Amino acid sequence: MQAFLEAFRAALVSLLANRLRSVLTTLGIVIGTASVIAVVSLVQGFSESIKQQLSELGGSTLTLEAVNTNENFRSGKINTIGFDDLETLRYRVPGVGAVAPIMLVNTPGISYRDRTVSTEVRASTADYAAVYGRFPIKGRFIASADDQGRRRVAVLGSKLVDDLNLPKDPLGEYIRIGSEWFRVIGVMEKQGDLFGFSLDNYVVIPFDVGRALNGNRLRPFMQVSFTIDDVDQVDTIRDRAVRAVKASRPGTADDDTFKIQAADSVVKQFDEITRTTTAVVGGVVGISLLVGGIGIMNIMLVSVTERTREIGVLKALGATRRDILVQFLLEAALLALLGGLIGIAIGWGTGALIASLIPGFPPAAVPVWVILGAAGFSALVGVVFGIMPASKAAGLDPIEALRYE
Amino acid sequence: MIVMRAISKRYLMGDQEVRALDGVDIDIGRNEYVALIGASGSGKSTLMNLLGCLDTPTSGSYLLNGRDTATLDDTELARVRNREIGFVFQSFHLLPRMNVLDNVAQPLVYRGVSRAERLRRARESLDRVGLGNRLDHRPNQLSGGQRQRVAVARALVGEPSILLADEPTGNLDTRTSSEIMALFDALHRQGQTVIVVTHEADIAAHCKRTVRLSDGHIVEDRVNPERG
Repeated sequence: MQAFLEAFRAALVSLLANRLRSVLTTLGIVIGTASVIAVVSLVQGFSESIKQQLSELGGSTLTLEAVNTNENFRSGKINTIGFDDLETLRYRVPGVGAVAPIMLVNTPGISYRDRTVSTEVRASTADYAAVYGRFPIKGRFIASADDQGRRRVAVLGSKLVDDLNLPKDPLGEYIRIGSEWFRVIGVMEKQGDLFGFSLDNYVVIPFDVGRALNGNRLRPFMQVSFTIDDVDQVDTIRDRAVRAVKASRPGTADDDTFKIQAADSVVKQFDEITRTTTAVVGGVVGISLLVGGIGIMNIMLVSVTERTREIGVLKALGATRRDILVQFLLEAALLALLGGLIGIAIGWGTGALIASLIPGFPPAAVPVWVILGAAGFSALVGVVFGIMPASKAAGLDPIEALRYE
Repeated sequence: MIVMRAISKRYLMGDQEVRALDGVDIDIGRNEYVALIGASGSGKSTLMNLLGCLDTPTSGSYLLNGRDTATLDDTELARVRNREIGFVFQSFHLLPRMNVLDNVAQPLVYRGVSRAERLRRARESLDRVGLGNRLDHRPNQLSGGQRQRVAVARALVGEPSILLADEPTGNLDTRTSSEIMALFDALHRQGQTVIVVTHEADIAAHCKRTVRLSDGHIVEDRVNPERG
């Protein structure tokens, strides 16, 4: 331990003695690490923000969706979710809490005064707010009474208020959807952007009103989200729901016409994608670390030659091969680690800078494992590329080394 | 303490075999003060390397404190150098990036001595050679004589059996040379075994015994007359 500490000291002293050379030598590692960290911090920041948006749906929310392949679209046998599925979930699956369907309403556009925009018209029930965890910031959401009374009322996504040039307080104003007039009763909270698309460009109307607008088609484009009472039973309840929905569709033997998935399974998939991206990017840029390692090896070889006499002296004083080996390995590892740490700092700064320069880009995030990985890997590069120079130093014959001019 | 029997050292120089040492026998006892002299190429450097365990003989046996060093491997030789031998070189060979104190303490690093203890013993050793101050100076801030004193202090710090000096005054002027030799004389009086390799007769004259080498043989081994 004493010897190790001393080797560490000696390595540090010799690096400090050649500051400029040390910094230049490790530049390859600095640049390599900085690029890795910058790229990873951007990717991770991006994925963090998406995950956060997705996870706001909550892990206790499951969604029933239709599954369609290209073959379905070609043959026209398009799978959809129907009102019977809604009934099934509501009444035939124990453990299901609130159930909120979202039915898309076909409409040429919506207008206020002389302004018309296209948007997504969602027909849903009072449970929508609870199931999706989205609440109005102005006014109120659709109530059961609106549904039962088939009232022509609408709750707007926050972007629509701007797009339609509605007054700041749009409550009580009338907008036109298709050929029907709707009274604005609420504005939803802002969600922001995902992949550059606004999540606030929609309008919600009572479910039965939407059904009427769609002309009571039996199987409109619809998805159903529902909460479950006990989060721990999410898998059990999902299996139960899958069986119930399948049972209600006689004639379809397989269950690939629909799927029920938790919102966080999307998060998991996305996680997987970012992990792969990070790994690939890390691997590609990691090559530049290897180049940096070769630079270190080169300078360490020069350094060993320069210090041949010194090595001879140390051997005469009783340093063993191992003592010399450890000292030079530590020197190479420290050099690389130093570069790694500088690179991490620069990369972090660069990532943060780029993220802040691009409008709407989420802030850069550097996970701890990336920092530890980068630092560890750069030290490893030092050790690996230090082996050759260090064993050259350790193998020197003391007499030859002392005589070296 | 040192018992060498039929020591030979042969090198290959190209195709030619060079006999640097050829059947050398020598005994050196505790607290002896020996000069190894001879012209260059006489084999005195080779003998010094063997005595200092920097090298092993081609044949013959070398018992150092009863231990046959011819059979030792690299690591064991390093250990012997560290504990039994104190080297003093012609060109001092101090470590340029360390201060005086750390230079002197360096051999103790390889014994696993704690830093505080190393520095304490280094100070003691520097006191012995008459360098009590300038301990935080770098070697290049010292004069030649001071550097050689540091080197002697470093050789002594591990309390070696033998102080082995290779042309210790070769890079010093006459006055400094005699100061260093006076230091060796004093160490000898304190009981230190000292072996000096030199080609200068007046340096050899400090020693109690002179061993002359020529062509790889010992051609003379005599006790010096007491200096008046």
